[in-house]
Amino acid sequence: MAQPSTISPVPLLRDELDIVIPTIRNLDFLEMWRPFFQPYHLIIVQDGDPSKTIKVPEGFDYELYNRNDINRILGPKSSCISFKDSACRCFGYMVSKKKYIYTIDDDCFVAKDPSGKDINALEQHIKNLLSPSTPFFFNTLYDPYRNGADFVRGYPFSLREGAPTAVSHGLWLNIPDYDAPTQLVKPLERNTRYVDAIMTIPKGTLFPMCGMNLAFNRELIGPAMYFGLMGDGQPIGRYDDMWAGWCTKVICDHLGLGVKTGLPYIWHSKASNPFVNLKKEYKGIYWQEELIPFFQSVTLPKDCTTVQQCYIEISKQVKAKLSKVDDYFSKLADAMVTWIEAWDELNPSGAKSAEVPNGASK
Amino acid sequence: MRTPPCLLSLTLDSAVLNLSNITDLSPLPDHILIELFLRTLRAGKLTERVLKLFIATGKDEVFSLIQALNIQVTVNPVLPTSKCLPIKDDEIDIVIGALNFDLTSFMNVWRPIFSRFHLTIVKDPDLKEELKIPEGFNLDVYKEPDIDRVVGTSTSIIFSGYACRYFGYLVSRKKYIISMDDDCLPAKDNKGFLVDAVAQHITNLTTPATPFFFNTLYDHFTEGADFVRGYPFSLRNGVTCALSCGLWHNLADFDAPTQALKPEERNSLYVDAVLTVPARTLMPISGINIAFNRDLVGPALLPCFRLATEGKFRWETMEDIWSGMCVKVICDHLGLGVKTGLPYVWRNDRGDAIASLRKEWEGVKMMEEAVPFFQSVRLPQEATTAEDCVIEVANAVKEKLGSKDPVFAHTAKAMLDWVKLWKSVGGSSSSPGA
Repeated sequence: MAQPSTISPVPLLRDELDIVIPTIRNLDFLEMWRPFFQPYHLIIVQDGDPSKTIKVPEGFDYELYNRNDINRILGPKSSCISFKDSACRCFGYMVSKKKYIYTIDDDCFVAKDPSGKDINALEQHIKNLLSPSTPFFFNTLYDPYRNGADFVRGYPFSLREGAPTAVSHGLWLNIPDYDAPTQLVKPLERNTRYVDAIMTIPKGTLFPMCGMNLAFNRELIGPAMYFGLMGDGQPIGRYDDMWAGWCTKVICDHLGLGVKTGLPYIWHSKASNPFVNLKKEYKGIYWQEELIPFFQSVTLPKDCTTVQQCYIEISKQVKAKLSKVDDYFSKLADAMVTWIEAWDELNPSGAKSAEVPNGASK
Repeated sequence: MRTPPCLLSLTLDSAVLNLSNITDLSPLPDHILIELFLRTLRAGKLTERVLKLFIATGKDEVFSLIQALNIQVTVNPVLPTSKCLPIKDDEIDIVIGALNFDLTSFMNVWRPIFSRFHLTIVKDPDLKEELKIPEGFNLDVYKEPDIDRVVGTSTSIIFSGYACRYFGYLVSRKKYIISMDDDCLPAKDNKGFLVDAVAQHITNLTTPATPFFFNTLYDHFTEGADFVRGYPFSLRNGVTCALSCGLWHNLADFDAPTQALKPEERNSLYVDAVLTVPARTLMPISGINIAFNRDLVGPALLPCFRLATEGKFRWETMEDIWSGMCVKVICDHLGLGVKTGLPYVWRNDRGDAIASLRKEWEGVKMMEEAVPFFQSVRLPQEATTAEDCVIEVANAVKEKLGSKDPVFAHTAKAMLDWVKLWKSVGGSSSSPGA
């Protein structure tokens, strides 16, 4: 039984969470989110023409970065941040100083639950992140920590403490997140089904992570959330969040962290042009047939105990095994390393990442 | 004298006659567009192409009309290459293990859903009273003497309690089996309609499963859902679904400690989803509301794990949980799918969790050993049928768990006996994995 959301919720984690929004047009959509977002700090990553002024509605506390800022702050390392693609949002993750991140697209609005109430997506994400996940054994009643649910008969007691939740992946009503071919075949299909569940994606299982409505624990998994090289000058687009999702899931599985999917829903209003999408995704559709077996078989050595170490290790394997698919992956592997270097520069150690102390036996 | 039609009206009529030559309706003012739409409809000329012309204008009034009149665009769905053929009623068997002797209200409340199908009812040998079954069903009833006659006395398998239904699985000759506890009633969905659990299980079993990659919109075979962006195309055909696990409203399938801690807790959440349990992921498979493809995995559902203190309430058993882990491991090995989620059934309140607490601790302890075992068991490539796989698992149980507790050793033997029984009594051997 979900808690009813009120128009002015008690801000949970107000000083521990940043909302990262990539945009090239305007932020009018924030008006609808005002009751839920206003207490929080926003990091706006402005893509496209830096000379354009993005108008932020009154009353929001924010910092805004355009391409000039990114270049200035990262110097030569800014090459790892995409241009002319919402993948640039990951700059916001890097530059944030908070423990949690929520990222949302600027064409996503407040959805209503079946009873007609506005859904406070941020509040649900926070609940998801603050309660454990259950990646080691599937619970048939889904999230056992939810009000009204529990572990079912047969669920081993030793696994009932769960694992820390690193990622909360929300879903979308109205325009579903389809690829271009599916969009072309079913342009009118809308997602109207409200599936009232949150569940943990089991260990060892990959999934397509969509960046439209996503929250994560930056301290636990932040450095893995690199959204890759997309957009201007790159052969591929619309695979930024997918790439981050596969890397993130592999690392979460290795470090014993959980990834949840399901609630909350947002209302996705804008259907992108399927022909434009097809051009961007075209290579990706073929490449992913190689990428999936690659990620399914990646193993990380036991001595990779931090996210950065895991990520660098993945980048080495990307370079070794995927360069033959396309030279793009060699560049991407380099960019992954640059990303980690930039991350560590902006987030000097002593700052928290999920690290097992040296010498701890595994 | 009749007023002659106005020029506008004549123009609209002409437009309706010449629809095939019109390629763009957006220049039309709203009120004329609506009138044209209605006349087209009346003339029976609203084809898919014409409907798309109207939709392309993007006018709200048009959309409202379409919605109000419930006009639907027939979009040809992208069908998977593995076809979902219509299932004949006589391919289905509903197997009920009777732990209660009076099945009258149970059968009557399920009558609208069950009466089309053949039923196999197996009476718990421990039940002393005669079974009461209402008229009007096509069924076979098996009791202790029948079980003894078919199975003989040399087997180590005990068909009492919840295990009695497995006798039904053994002797059935249908392709699809649906089984539920005799204290379950039809549930209501989130719109208040009664759930046809049989139809939903059959849908689950006859549409592909997708165990190799998680789809965030769940089962893509539901109307209005599909594979999301990033789902590899090569995996979109899916694999055959061998097992469908349903859920429960009211009394959920909790273990005794959980229910004892929360005595008032009742499950009322309707999660409108079916999803495939990913490969290599284990889960507790409850026998309360289950369906499977007998041809593919029949022998893998087995009545072999008996707690010393097993009782007549689900809280006091683990037989289905053990059986479920065997089935899942075998499905993973054979490349078959397991789905979970819909349908729901309503489960009556029954029993006292606290009283059962004393009995079930044994099962809880044994799960701690069983789960790591099942997570690590690997079957050889040569095992290509369910029977072969059961034998392999049984041998592994004996080797790895036999020494930890006599219950495991006994289970391993029972599993081998079960395969022998299946081979001699169960009809033709199960088809090799899809």
